[in-house]
Amino acid sequence: MTVSLDIESITAHYGHTEVLKDLSLSVKAGELVSLLGSSGCGKTTTLRLVAGFLPPTKGRIKLGDKDITRLPAHTRNIGLVFQNYALFPHLSVLENVAFGLKQRGVGSGDRKKRASEMLDRVGLSPYAERLPAALSGGQKQRVALARALVIEPPLLMFDEPLSNLDAKLRIDMRVEIRKLQRANGTTSLYVTHDQEEAFSISDRVAIMNAGKIMQLDHPEVLYQRPANAFVARFVGFENLVPMKVSERDGDRVTAEVEGGGSMALSQDSLGPIPDEFVLAARADGLSVRRSGEGLPVTLGLRTYLGRAYQYQCQSTAGNLVANGPLSEPMDQGGSAVLAPHFEQCCILPVEA
Amino acid sequence: MTYRIHPALIVFASIVFFFLLAPLVIIIGSALSDTTYLTFPPRGLTLRWFENIFEMSAFRRTAVTSFQLAFAGTALSLLVGIPAAYALNRYRIELPSWLSTVYVLPILVPEIVFGFSLMKSVTVGLDTPIFLTLLIGHALLVLPYSVRVVSASLASFDFSIEEAAISLGSPPLKTFFTIVLPNIRAGVIAAFILAFITSLNDVSVSLFLTGPGISTLPIQILAHMEQFFDPTIASVSVLLMLVTVAVMAIVEATLGLTFLTK
Repeated sequence: MTVSLDIESITAHYGHTEVLKDLSLSVKAGELVSLLGSSGCGKTTTLRLVAGFLPPTKGRIKLGDKDITRLPAHTRNIGLVFQNYALFPHLSVLENVAFGLKQRGVGSGDRKKRASEMLDRVGLSPYAERLPAALSGGQKQRVALARALVIEPPLLMFDEPLSNLDAKLRIDMRVEIRKLQRANGTTSLYVTHDQEEAFSISDRVAIMNAGKIMQLDHPEVLYQRPANAFVARFVGFENLVPMKVSERDGDRVTAEVEGGGSMALSQDSLGPIPDEFVLAARADGLSVRRSGEGLPVTLGLRTYLGRAYQYQCQSTAGNLVANGPLSEPMDQGGSAVLAPHFEQCCILPVEA
Repeated sequence: MTYRIHPALIVFASIVFFFLLAPLVIIIGSALSDTTYLTFPPRGLTLRWFENIFEMSAFRRTAVTSFQLAFAGTALSLLVGIPAAYALNRYRIELPSWLSTVYVLPILVPEIVFGFSLMKSVTVGLDTPIFLTLLIGHALLVLPYSVRVVSASLASFDFSIEEAAISLGSPPLKTFFTIVLPNIRAGVIAAFILAFITSLNDVSVSLFLTGPGISTLPIQILAHMEQFFDPTIASVSVLLMLVTVAVMAIVEATLGLTFLTK
């Protein structure tokens, strides 16, 4: 059974503090959507609202056709995986997995069989009779996953499930989570503060800030075409340069930086350029050249990245970070120009 | 590697242990003395003072009352204390910080004052039966232990475990009994024992609340001592000690004593 999750203009408060403001989010049936953001952005709050641990002040939450906004948490039938595993310390691994089935009135024999099968799927059959305390972090999270999956919930939710694991295990586990989620086709909501994790595992990612979704899209789009300055900074666009168009000639546009200096841009590769805009570029998207066409800068500190040199540059638009070729190291204090790689830059609207 | 122990430490530790253990030895010795007055070392050996306890109906009656009070008072304090401790921990952020202090007021207020005010307000004010007043008094007296000790257990309990159970379909109240309670069991038992022993040994509060016909064992011991200074007192004390030892032995056999210090 796959259903969609629809969060419709939800507002939530902790005491008098508004933590979510008019947030809407749809997760299509079978899709995995991540909520990505720093702590305090409201991602965990959103998850707790859907789980039923926090009542919304306003708005509606629908699972399939069913309005679950006011349903008690234990009747929502949602599989939850927690950051700290939240296994029942006094129950064996098998009993942990069977717990949800027991609540659903599944008979003891059937319960054991289904829980064992699920343990087998996460590769933990040999540990069935152990207590959770005797397992490693990765094993615990597998048990937690099995426990959430065995009830065959229409919706799975993950709250930073890999944050307590070491780097190597984190990668293995996220592949495993994705495989199991795909295989079951379970609609999933995944909360994390780790960009790589969110991008690698999700169909779509919602980048959140201060209780709002800043952009919700496929990882590729977010990474290459952020819609606003916040998302651009979040996905690593170090340089945000406010510019004004001074000349248009078909697809070619010349834009000026405040304080002097201009750049030639192409609407062909960058899309339509408004009269006033912000040019967003990663260090890789601006290349440092000794001379030629581009934004004039004074070079600052040079660091070695392995694939390129990176320069801190002084321009009339402030400090910029750009990369230059290894073949041609340039000295601090020298002057140079920055030329944009159009395919690695994007045009953002000016924000008030 | 061996450590050299400073001789002063050995002397100091010996003195501490002497003062801790000597009273017990003296009481046991006096209880066995074949004299009509309390003395140590005992002169002659006899068990007649133990017989004497069982022959005196006042001791029997008050012992029964004391145990009834200790059981019921402790149970009542846990009935109030466990939910209070749960709420104080579960909603720590939402609740004002002074609230947890309210639950320890009975040990912050001098027991004499506490007993007196209970007498004034409950016995005199409400005219309740003596046993009921005693029960309320004892339940309140041991409530701080229930709340504090269970709280200590809950402080290390991860409430996301409770949420996990609820998300798996277990209703909140059922979750408390099947998931939360088993994980704070050691704290509840420790609270029970501490509260039970405190109630059993209480003098100051009981002194104000006992009345005609109903008294507790410690009060009876006091009353007896004022009239007769014989070894009966010592033998009652030995029996009370045995009760404590028995409780500890049961705990040790079932849970291990280390959990009391956790």
